[in-house]
Amino acid sequence: MLDTYLPILVLISIAVAFAIGSVVFSRLIGQKKPSAVKLAPYECGMPLIGSARERVSVKFYLVAVTFIVFDIEVAFLYPWAVVFKQLGWYGAGAMGFFIFVLVIGLIYEWKKGALEWE
Amino acid sequence: MPMLSLSNAPLLFLGIMLAKILAVFVVVILIVAYATWLERKVIGHMQARLGPMETGWHGLLQPIADGLKLFFKEDIIPSQASKVPFILAPMMILVPAFITVAVIPFGPDIVIGGYQVPMQIADLNVGILYILAMAGLGVYGIVLAGWSSNSKYSLLGGIRASAQMISYELAAGLAIVSVFMLAETLSLRGIVAAQMTPLWGVIDFLPNWYIFSQPLAFALFVVTGIAEINRTPFDLPEAESELVSGFCTEYSSMKYALFFMAEYANMVVLSAIATTLFLGGWHGPFPGAINILLKVFCFMFFFIWLRATFPRVRYDQLMHMGWKVFLPLALANIVVTAVVVLLQQ
Repeated sequence: MLDTYLPILVLISIAVAFAIGSVVFSRLIGQKKPSAVKLAPYECGMPLIGSARERVSVKFYLVAVTFIVFDIEVAFLYPWAVVFKQLGWYGAGAMGFFIFVLVIGLIYEWKKGALEWE
Repeated sequence: MPMLSLSNAPLLFLGIMLAKILAVFVVVILIVAYATWLERKVIGHMQARLGPMETGWHGLLQPIADGLKLFFKEDIIPSQASKVPFILAPMMILVPAFITVAVIPFGPDIVIGGYQVPMQIADLNVGILYILAMAGLGVYGIVLAGWSSNSKYSLLGGIRASAQMISYELAAGLAIVSVFMLAETLSLRGIVAAQMTPLWGVIDFLPNWYIFSQPLAFALFVVTGIAEINRTPFDLPEAESELVSGFCTEYSSMKYALFFMAEYANMVVLSAIATTLFLGGWHGPFPGAINILLKVFCFMFFFIWLRATFPRVRYDQLMHMGWKVFLPLALANIVVTAVVVLLQQ
């Protein structure tokens, strides 16, 4: 375990140190002349209208919920794919049924219009 | 010959581990820096311009000049931004992009001091799951950057990016399942080893690269991969004609540079993964690492070529393609592969 995951831990620490280091370093040597206009959010140089914390379309939440269902399916497919030659037709049949149920879900979603963007 | 491990030669193991990590990290940073130069040069020539010419021979020092310039620029944090997530977001994008290379094998095993040393930072038996997990982490940085800037353009860019990336992550994850079905392993080292036999066990002059057995999976993976790393023609999160610069509109100085580096690092990583899964990894006519670098550069050129050629797709077209075309195609590919492989047994 340690043999395989220690190098990844070291790589993560180097990458994090690189990211933090470069941001801190540029903060130290960069110039600082802030003004109220410069610190305002960019809106084509016009005075701000309203806030950016607006409501967003429910479509995006729908995509996220659908994603979770299908992502779990992907996670189930991986272990099956590795041993599927040993499992043979029995395993393929079982997984075929699983995929079939999910495809019905996809078709239902499709018919309900959850995948439409107008 | 025994494998080098922490138990049989700890000092040698730690030394070689650090050497490999530093070498890979420096090479990735160099490729990222020169990918920006390559992109400007290639697009310049495709548009009958010369691209950067002033700094060094044919602009070869341009990436260094750009980096230095960005270091000295003013670091602006908008007064309405949520400060902590605003500072964290660029790091949260860069780090996953850089650490994904840990599982990419870049050469055959070598022998040092009587031990076998794999040319790979870490040979995880769940290498692909690690890659997908890191790809998933990249989304957080983009959403956080878009939301914490408290600017309308950033918010739109961040939300678009999240929906696009999770949709295409799905299709990309399904497209590569057929590779594991053929290779019977999730370890990238094992997948490369499985591609070194003659094609389908009979054709001697061609290697068993999975692009020949799985052309559809290869095409699906490359296209969905391009969508996942937000490159043209799927660069809606930073569509400059409508969203200024998308999720990184409010960023400046080195924080902006981190987004930029992460984008190119993602291109390198995607090229390396596609090479490893479908094009035989480091396998080829030259010594190990040169093969994989050459293949990665072919992919990089291809991505730049796409940017110079294709217009951006519309958002409804993008979501339509991801859910109604790529997802069913990837599922069908798995079913067909399963039936064909079992019929052959």
